[in-house]
Amino acid sequence: MKRSIKLLVLLAVFAMIVAACSSDSDDTTTTAAAGGDETTTTAATADELIVGVSWNNYNEERWAKWDEPDIKAALAEAGASYISSDAGSSVDQQIADVENLIAQGADALIILAQDGTAIKPAVQSAIDQGIPVIAYDRLIEDPGAFYITFDNVEVGRMQARAILEAVPVGNYVMIKGNAADANADFLRGGQQEVLQAAIDAGDVVIVGESYTDNWAPEVAQTNMEQFLTELNNDVQAVVASNDGTAGGVVAALAAQGLDGVVPVSGQDGDGAALNRVALGTQTVSVWKDARLLGRVAGEVAALLAAGTSMEDVPQMVKFTTPEGNEMFSILLSPQPISADNLDLVVTAGWITLDDLCKDVEAGSVAVCP
Amino acid sequence: MGAVLSCLTWPLQPINVRLALTDVPDTDREESPVDRGSDADATEPVSIATGRSRPLGSIIRSAEIDTRLLGMIGALIVLWIGFNIMSGGTFLTARNLWNLTVQTSVVAVMATGMVLIIVTRNIDLSVGSMLAAVGMAMALLQTEILPDIFGIGHPAIWILSLAAGIALGAAIGGLQGAVVAYVGVPSFIVTLGGLLVWRGLAWWMASGRTIAPMDKTFQILGGGARGTIGGTWTWIVGIAACVGIVALLAVRRRQRIKFGFEPRPMWAEIGIGAVACAVVLGATTVINSYPMPERLAMRYAEENGIAWPPGGLSIPLGLATPVLVAIVAALVMQFVATRTRYGRYVYAIGGNPEAAELAGVKTRWTIVKTFMLMGILVAVAASIQIARLNAATSGMGQLAELYVIAAAVIGGTSLSGGVGTIPGAILGALVMQSLVSGMVLMGVDAPLQDIVVGVVLVAAVALDSFYRRKVT
Repeated sequence: MKRSIKLLVLLAVFAMIVAACSSDSDDTTTTAAAGGDETTTTAATADELIVGVSWNNYNEERWAKWDEPDIKAALAEAGASYISSDAGSSVDQQIADVENLIAQGADALIILAQDGTAIKPAVQSAIDQGIPVIAYDRLIEDPGAFYITFDNVEVGRMQARAILEAVPVGNYVMIKGNAADANADFLRGGQQEVLQAAIDAGDVVIVGESYTDNWAPEVAQTNMEQFLTELNNDVQAVVASNDGTAGGVVAALAAQGLDGVVPVSGQDGDGAALNRVALGTQTVSVWKDARLLGRVAGEVAALLAAGTSMEDVPQMVKFTTPEGNEMFSILLSPQPISADNLDLVVTAGWITLDDLCKDVEAGSVAVCP
Repeated sequence: MGAVLSCLTWPLQPINVRLALTDVPDTDREESPVDRGSDADATEPVSIATGRSRPLGSIIRSAEIDTRLLGMIGALIVLWIGFNIMSGGTFLTARNLWNLTVQTSVVAVMATGMVLIIVTRNIDLSVGSMLAAVGMAMALLQTEILPDIFGIGHPAIWILSLAAGIALGAAIGGLQGAVVAYVGVPSFIVTLGGLLVWRGLAWWMASGRTIAPMDKTFQILGGGARGTIGGTWTWIVGIAACVGIVALLAVRRRQRIKFGFEPRPMWAEIGIGAVACAVVLGATTVINSYPMPERLAMRYAEENGIAWPPGGLSIPLGLATPVLVAIVAALVMQFVATRTRYGRYVYAIGGNPEAAELAGVKTRWTIVKTFMLMGILVAVAASIQIARLNAATSGMGQLAELYVIAAAVIGGTSLSGGVGTIPGAILGALVMQSLVSGMVLMGVDAPLQDIVVGVVLVAAVALDSFYRRKVT
């Protein structure tokens, strides 16, 4: 595997040299994918802007299916061309990829970081060469980069808001994400913001709270079972941080006949979770439309490549990172999906009606026939 | 409950050992000399137990009780009482103990197989990933393929899904075993590869989607709202177990007398029988004193046209299906390990692979079979897991391999091979799950839980090896 990656990189470099030496007015850019199966070649005119995208792991379904098409479309509309590389989950490979993309003439970079810290030297070197860098979806702690992501604190707020609306007074259990994931605490922070007033007023009491190793549903299930045992089922609401853990919580509630009685939150817009929303066993799934993220990143990348300064990017806000850096960023607002607006995910083509309405009694929610 | 039952059958083992050691055949008349040797290996803890003579020691010795297992049960009881005090009396409630049995079942089922794997001086690091792959296959089969053929809710769905899962588990296990045994790649490497491969396969089968919900009939395997056998059947199981224990004791005693061996003193026989029955029936009482949750009881009343009384209905839930499955798996594995030729071969290989080979044991084929058995048990565990969660994800069973190996090792299985018992592994699984569940009850957060579990694992094995050195 290592060897084949090296070979591919060599090939890519070779191709680049050939491309650079050729006297054609058209640049031919070639990218090598670590998987060895993906080689995209895009023809671009010499004066056309080029945006390079470094994926950390293209094998994950999401990137190819949801993010990439909209990045490409946004770039095409702005008249910029698209080149990409895939690091195959390797930090080292991604650093090499960034250098390669620069060598291929990228005027701006979009980086989905495998490791937001390890990639910093490569990002720094790009910025030093006057190439703007967009930290895509995941934070890169470099004040010179532009950070585009969904607002995870806002996701937490939305989860808590939906649950608080359903249960203004009662005992709450908080099922958090993986302790090692910064997002878990962002989410929990947003949830706390919304609940704080109700907690201070004594309306809401947090009776149980736990992290979930690896966001594993089965761990969330065991934890929830223990909370229910400890509290003798005296739980009126559960704020779960994502759809996987929500699934575990609902399974634990179902064993007590409390599914559909105790509201549960989630996020991601998982097919199974949206089905639960339709069934009434989950209250809300906060949906982050990856296509929107891709589109915005494409648009911003084209702007930055054309020389727009980061301060002048529309919708720009200042984001203070956990390390205290101030970054230019765009924080997209996610969309809470509950039984009332399930039609959104269907019309957006995110899920088929069949999957959404599986086992749902006809007429119990508006969207299911 | 599973552990209780199966460890109760444990004290009966030494009889068999003695017969084998002293060269008078019992039920295994045609066994080769190797088998006897293997049996000696298998029951090393027993010989340790008989090494000392103190007043209490002599009682235990003449009753032929495995002190190591007794020590583990003691440790578990101390743990439970400690948690009960620290959780303000919640831990030792019927409801929590019932939870504990269900939560333990997945790891317990796999741990029984891991014992044999480790006994043959191998390891299987792939069980967690295999669980995800097999679980995902079963989930896809029952949600996306079989309903189109039979219609939703047809009983054939759960049977075929489970059968296909078991076949896939056996195939994966057999493949890994064959590479270990015939190609000669160390099992650590083969299953480390498997850890990556099967996880990838699980992802690939559904492109990382979560598959849910499971088929209604399949969900029964998970022990949820409908997955229990009810109070009456639980009593029947409990009483049957009790009768079985007494019958087993009687048969063994007769066998001993028949072949001219000194039987256990009568007081010991009666004592063991009484204690075992008391524990089984006590556990049955505890399980049955956890009533159906109120809302489920209401639903039940509604479905059966029972008027809802003012005080509510108290219907015992009874034993959960996954627990029953785990008990059956443990009994079968205990039988396989101690009463079959294959089981003896396993311990023979673990004790001395070269000697076993020279004595004519088909060591390679035995190892393949062991891995296949592991695969089958993983499939059973996977079916419990997906039915219980009512969903299958490609991330299921992460770190399960470590919990399973830890359960086997805490239960006295030696990583150098040749030594290990099924009841020990079940107890080990129960210890691990008690730790986790107890800490959640006390509000200890995940990172600290990991630290405690890790420390306990090392401490348990350290204590065990210290004990062995001291006695031998």
